[in-house]
Parts: sequence; structure tokens; C-alpha cells
Amino acid sequence: MQIDKDLVAASATPLVLAILVDGDNYGYGILKRVRELSDGELEWTDGMLYPLLHRLQRQGYVSTEWRTPPEGRRRKYYAITAAGRAALAEHRRQWVTVAQAFDDAWAQSKTARSVLQGAGT
Amino acid sequence: MSSIDAQLATWREFVSAGGTLDRDDVDELESHLREQIDELEALGLRADEAFLVAVKRVGTVDALTREFAREHSGRLWKQLVLMGDGDDAGGRGSWLDAVLFAGGAALAAHVVRLIAGFPDDESMWLGRNLAFVVLPFLVAYFAHRRGLGARHWAVLAGGIAAVAVLINVYPYRAESATELLVALHLPVLLWFVVGVAYLGGEVWSRERRMDFVRFTGEWFIYYVLIALGGGVLMALTMLVLSPLGPEMPDLVAEWVLPAGIPGAVVIAAWLVESKQRVIENMAPVLTMVFTPLFAVMLAGAAIVHAVTGLAGAFDRELLAGFDALLVVVLGLVLYGMSARDPSAPPGWMDRMQLVAVVSALALDLMVFGTMVVRIGELGLTPNRVAALGLNLVLLVNLAGAAWWSTQFLSGRTTFHRLEQWQTTYLPVFAGWIAFVVLAVPPLFLFG
Repeated sequence: MQIDKDLVAASATPLVLAILVDGDNYGYGILKRVRELSDGELEWTDGMLYPLLHRLQRQGYVSTEWRTPPEGRRRKYYAITAAGRAALAEHRRQWVTVAQAFDDAWAQSKTARSVLQGAGT
Repeated sequence: MSSIDAQLATWREFVSAGGTLDRDDVDELESHLREQIDELEALGLRADEAFLVAVKRVGTVDALTREFAREHSGRLWKQLVLMGDGDDAGGRGSWLDAVLFAGGAALAAHVVRLIAGFPDDESMWLGRNLAFVVLPFLVAYFAHRRGLGARHWAVLAGGIAAVAVLINVYPYRAESATELLVALHLPVLLWFVVGVAYLGGEVWSRERRMDFVRFTGEWFIYYVLIALGGGVLMALTMLVLSPLGPEMPDLVAEWVLPAGIPGAVVIAAWLVESKQRVIENMAPVLTMVFTPLFAVMLAGAAIVHAVTGLAGAFDRELLAGFDALLVVVLGLVLYGMSARDPSAPPGWMDRMQLVAVVSALALDLMVFGTMVVRIGELGLTPNRVAALGLNLVLLVNLAGAAWWSTQFLSGRTTFHRLEQWQTTYLPVFAGWIAFVVLAVPPLFLFG
């Protein structure tokens, strides 16, 4: 399944913030986590993550720090801020509302059900 | 591993070439590539294969640069790729356009000069309309460069024409103060129209508004530089031609200045658009030099006046002087903002700037208080309304800037918020200037 580009773009911010809630992470780690969470369905061009992270930093949602673990290489770590948590909560409210609307619409609509069945067969 | 290092070095050079990605960005991307290469090697790929796959996954350099540029629009602005995605940059950005529009402005200036009979006859009509001779050409230049549609052209032209008609049908009385105010404020009002064209009509985008603020600052530097060079050129020309007759210097001035002064307006704009890098190094240096100097001067003055209590002795005319002072401080604030990396943590320059702003505010409040009392006694005149209103508009702006800057310095908000304050406030300035040009003359019965 190919997820629509606009949908990927819209979900990127809340997804990254949600990953950072679990703990500080660096770019490559965040991308790996995105793949795990979506079973590889959400494909990003790796490089595009960084402008996104920089925007979140400018908006004050994340803070950054270069760290070098005792063994291993120097990485730029991102940590979520209080403002980032608030933004995530807001995103979450919106997505839950949208998802709920879809659930309701698809439960009621006969056409939608038949479309889905049509696609299944 | 060493071959990978060499390949990564080449790759680094390649992505850094455009200048959109700074060192830190490239470091981060390189660390990403190395992680990816390690993982792919662990899966059994050879080092060079792993490198190719990793680079491919990061994305093409073009797409990457564009994406970074979009986020760091401040940096984008340093590039020549300002024109959308670079597809229409070629034709529209050429120097020939700039020369044509500059020539148009120069020609218009001469035509108007001859009609008005300047310099023998210095009519107020000419002074009032000077801005209309020059700035519409700059508006048209940007409208053309940005490839605006017919609707935008119509709105811009209609707006300018409406203002032109209005201020020329106003029946000013002789020696009218409001007429002088119109002449002084009109260039600023038209500069905001230039802004609309500069932004390609996207006036609602706050991020883009900051670009226009930057443009204004850089344009000013370029204009001053051109004026200095032009002054030297003029002086030498006069010197060289003076043997031809005693009237030569005046003749040169009469024919060159009316063409050069308006023409340079467009040429400076073109230079800002296409030769970013020079200025790019100049803006931070100027802020570095002048912010501390102004901070020291203003803080000193504020303390002296507060201690000696000179507030009562302030002259009535001083309010206009303080307007100028606040404009300079605001310019410094905006300049510092555009020269600064928005993601950098608070530094000593930000503190210096806060000192300058707070001192200017303190000084201005002393004057403002006395002025309000005086005006209560003496009544309102057009000049007092204009000076007092501008003072108030600037005061509110700087108070807001000081507030957000304190919040930023104490780590409670981001630099982004500070920028937002300034860009959101811009229409207030435009509104006030429009008020002075369009509404103040009728309010004071054109006196």
C-alpha cells in the first residue's frame, strides 16, 4: 500500500513528537522507530526528516544537543519540550476526532462498505 | 573504511556547495549516513554498495536542499534560488529588467522635473508627488519579477492610482502642514505597496513578511553605498568638466541627479535580490558594531535624564527627534533579527539589544508624558498628531519586543515568537501611515 504524500506529511509532526515522548532520540533512530511503528508502510525520504526536526526546534517543540556516548559515534539528539508535549496533545485530539468521524461514517455508509468489499474480492 | 571516508567527504562537499545547509546540518546528515551504512554492512552489503543505498535513501541533493531552504527561509534568502523552485529564475531575474525599470524611473523623474520647471520653480506639487515618480517602478519591477497575475497587477495599480488621485484633489491651504505630512509619509506608504509586490501578493504569510523586512534593511545599505559611490563620481565629473564653463557643474547636477536618484532605487533592489552574499557578511558586522554602541548611549542618556529630572525641559520639537530615535532602535532590532540564526540560544547580543530597547523606551516615556500634558494645554495640530501617533505606534512595538525578548532570554519562549511579534505588527505601521496620508488632511481641513 502506498500512503498518500499529503497524509504522510500531515502525520509526520505528531508521529515524531510521539516518538520523542518515549525518550530522547536522534534522526536515524527516529526513522527506524517510524518504520517499526508503521510496519514499514510509512516511507519517508530519510533526508526530509531533518528539515522537519529543525522546524520543530524553531517552534520550540524540541531541543537538541550533540552527544557522544562512551562507545559509539557523535549524534545529534532531540528531546521534546513542554511546548512540544502540548502541541502533541493538540494533534492527538485532532487525529482522534478525525479517526472517530471516519469510523462513524464507514459504519453507517452502505456504499463505503460495498466499496471495501469490492476491493476485498 | 577509508574509501567510505573519502566518498563521504566528496558527498559533504557536494551538499555543502549550495550554501543552504550549514556545517551542523551536514554533520547531522553524515552521522545519519554512517548509521545507515553500518546497518547495511551488517546485513552483508559491501561498503560501497552500502554507501550508495544510504545516499539514495537520504534523497537527491536538489530535493534535500530545497526542503532545507524551505525550512530555513532566512538562509534560503541568501541563495539565488529565491524565485520559487528555481524554474522561473532565469528570465525574470535578469539585469536587463532592472536596467529597464530603473531607466523608466529615471525618465519619469526627468519628465516630471521638466513639467514642474524644477529647479527654478520649487512647487509643493512636485514634492508631494515625488514618491509617485519612483516607487511605482519598483512595484512594477517586483510584480514582473514575481510573475504576478493580472488581478494582482490591477489591485496594485488601482491602489496606487486611488492614493495618487486622492492626495492630489485634496484642497490644501497655502503653507499647509498636512500637505507636508503627506509628502513625508507617502514614500513610506508606497514602500508598503512595494512590500505587497515583493511578497508576490502573499501578504498573509508572516514568514514571508520577515523576508521583506530583511529586504528593506539590505536595500537601505545598498542604496547608501550606491549614493556614496555616485557622490564621488559626480564630484569627479564636475571637476573634469568644469574647464568647459562655469555653468557645467550645475548642468551636470541638473541632468544626472534626477536620473540617478530614482534609478538607484531599482538598481539597489536588484542588487539585494541577486548579490546576497556580500550583504550577508555585512549585516551581522553592522549589528555587532552598532547594537552595543547604541545600548551604551541610550542607557547613559536614560540614566542621566532620570537622575537630573530634565523631563520638564524637553522641547516641543523634540518629539519628532524621539520618533527618529525609536525608528533607529527598531531598525537595529529588526536588523539584528535578520542577521541572527533563529535557532541559536540567547547570547550577549540579545542582552545588549534588550538594554538598548528598554533604555529607548524609558527615555521615550519621559518625553511622551510631557508631550501629552503640553498638547492638553496647547491643542492638537496635524504635526503633533502625526508625531504623537507614530511615537505611540513605535512605543507599543518596542514594548512588545522588549517583553518577548525578556521571555526569550529567560528561556520561556523561542526566538520564533519574537519574529512573529514583529511580522504581525507590520500592518499596524502600514495602517498608521495610511491614516496620516489619507485621513489627517481632511480631519484638519487641509490646514
